[in-house]
Amino acid sequence: MDVVVDNYQFIGIGFAATVLLFLISGIGALLLGTLLVAMRVGPIAVMRRAAATYVTLVRNTPLLLILVFFSLAAPKIGINFQFVKIVISTGWGDIRMTNAFAGATVGLILYTASFVCESLRSGVNAVPVGQAEAARAIGLPFGGVLSNVVLPQALRAALPPLASTLIALLKNTTVAASVLVLESAYALKQILDKTPGTVEKLWPIGVFILVFVILVELLSFASGRLERRWRVAR
Amino acid sequence: MSQSVLFDAPGPRTVRRHRLYTVLTVLALLALVAFAGYRLDQEGQFEGDKWEVFVTPSYVEFILVDGLLETLKMAVGGIVGAMVLGVVLGVGKLSDHALVRVPCWAVVELFRAIPVLMLMIVLFFLWGIYHGSAGPFWCVVAALTLYNGAVLAEVFRAGILAVPAGQAEAAYGIGMRKSQVMSVVLLPQAVKIMIPAIISQCVVTLKDTSLGYAIAAPGLTAVARPIYLEFQNHVPVYVVIAGIYVAANLLLTVVATFAQKRFVGEKKVLDVPMVGEAQATEKA
Repeated sequence: MDVVVDNYQFIGIGFAATVLLFLISGIGALLLGTLLVAMRVGPIAVMRRAAATYVTLVRNTPLLLILVFFSLAAPKIGINFQFVKIVISTGWGDIRMTNAFAGATVGLILYTASFVCESLRSGVNAVPVGQAEAARAIGLPFGGVLSNVVLPQALRAALPPLASTLIALLKNTTVAASVLVLESAYALKQILDKTPGTVEKLWPIGVFILVFVILVELLSFASGRLERRWRVAR
Repeated sequence: MSQSVLFDAPGPRTVRRHRLYTVLTVLALLALVAFAGYRLDQEGQFEGDKWEVFVTPSYVEFILVDGLLETLKMAVGGIVGAMVLGVVLGVGKLSDHALVRVPCWAVVELFRAIPVLMLMIVLFFLWGIYHGSAGPFWCVVAALTLYNGAVLAEVFRAGILAVPAGQAEAAYGIGMRKSQVMSVVLLPQAVKIMIPAIISQCVVTLKDTSLGYAIAAPGLTAVARPIYLEFQNHVPVYVVIAGIYVAANLLLTVVATFAQKRFVGEKKVLDVPMVGEAQATEKA
């Protein structure tokens, strides 16, 4: 118990970084995923094929490799995030959003966007054919069909898979610990490293798992509520 | 909805416009490739000796035996364990006795909500750290078993529920006991529907073996380090290793697609509830 009490600030900072990673990469992945799905179902064959190739490649690559690539390999060819230097000072310590954090965020966005694209595409497929036909009949171009008629309905239909994708993203933020971003998994590792004895280790483990389960269940609960509110009567 | 529904057949002006977009896209993609190529060339990453190691027999053997083989061993261990755990928990969640059902539900919900990496770190510091070089390996296998077992439990449960109710009723009607109905009638039919979902989970497992990196487990991500330390070829190493992963996963995906067509048919995909949703569907 003492371990948890002594380190509560450190643990708080870790989870704050986890939530920040999740929020930033979640928004980024939703935007990039929407762009990808527009390319994926659009009339331009080259864009369709480029988006499909991207999704297939990224979905089958382990996230860890993508993050390690941005951390170790990309700087060797001049791609780094040294220009990102955001340090949020709180009473409990600094939340450091520097190059490691930025690299991990970019990796998470690139990886999750492919899953967002696939979820949205399943939503597009669930929209009744008549909707798009009616939109075309009143003369909307492809952009109008997609942005005014199909995507708003597809988003509602795709909420369950999108929520799964976002929950997976929340859990995947822990992978950033492998590239030395100080977030929750990294904090847990540090605490366990300096805690002797199995029984004392169980306390921090229990706390970390509890907080994570709460975060995941919160997200799951929110998506359930949103799903009920947004449901399209069909 | 098929793709062509979203847009009209292009007229002559649109065809011209689309041609312009096509050219612009191709140019943008080429520019991206050229930029990457330029950067790689500038930093000398195209030099022969940075790539030569991947055709040098001793290093190829190192990558395949110490890397790919270890990764596959962890993945197979994880999947086999997860299947066993998945059947136990999945059937347990369908039990008539609350004493069995509730703990199984709790275990499934818990392990589906914990990140695999955190699970690995926990197991490593509780057990693996005291068991030398074999420790990390078994921590990865155990973490993959627990997580995927919980996911597969939901798959098994959904699969069993997808078997038409008449099957179980008929089995009870000819006097079978509960365990017989499950093992002789329901499970064999459920497996057919579940095979594609199980294979997709194999892809996830294979990808997750890479997380062992954080606890110094063997495998493809671990063999990268000695190679790039010796040859300073960080980019080629990670490109090749990602390529191996992608190839292995695509192979599994092809098998999954084939199984879907062969055993289930095109349309029906098993509906597996997500984390936190499992209890709600239980009441439904």
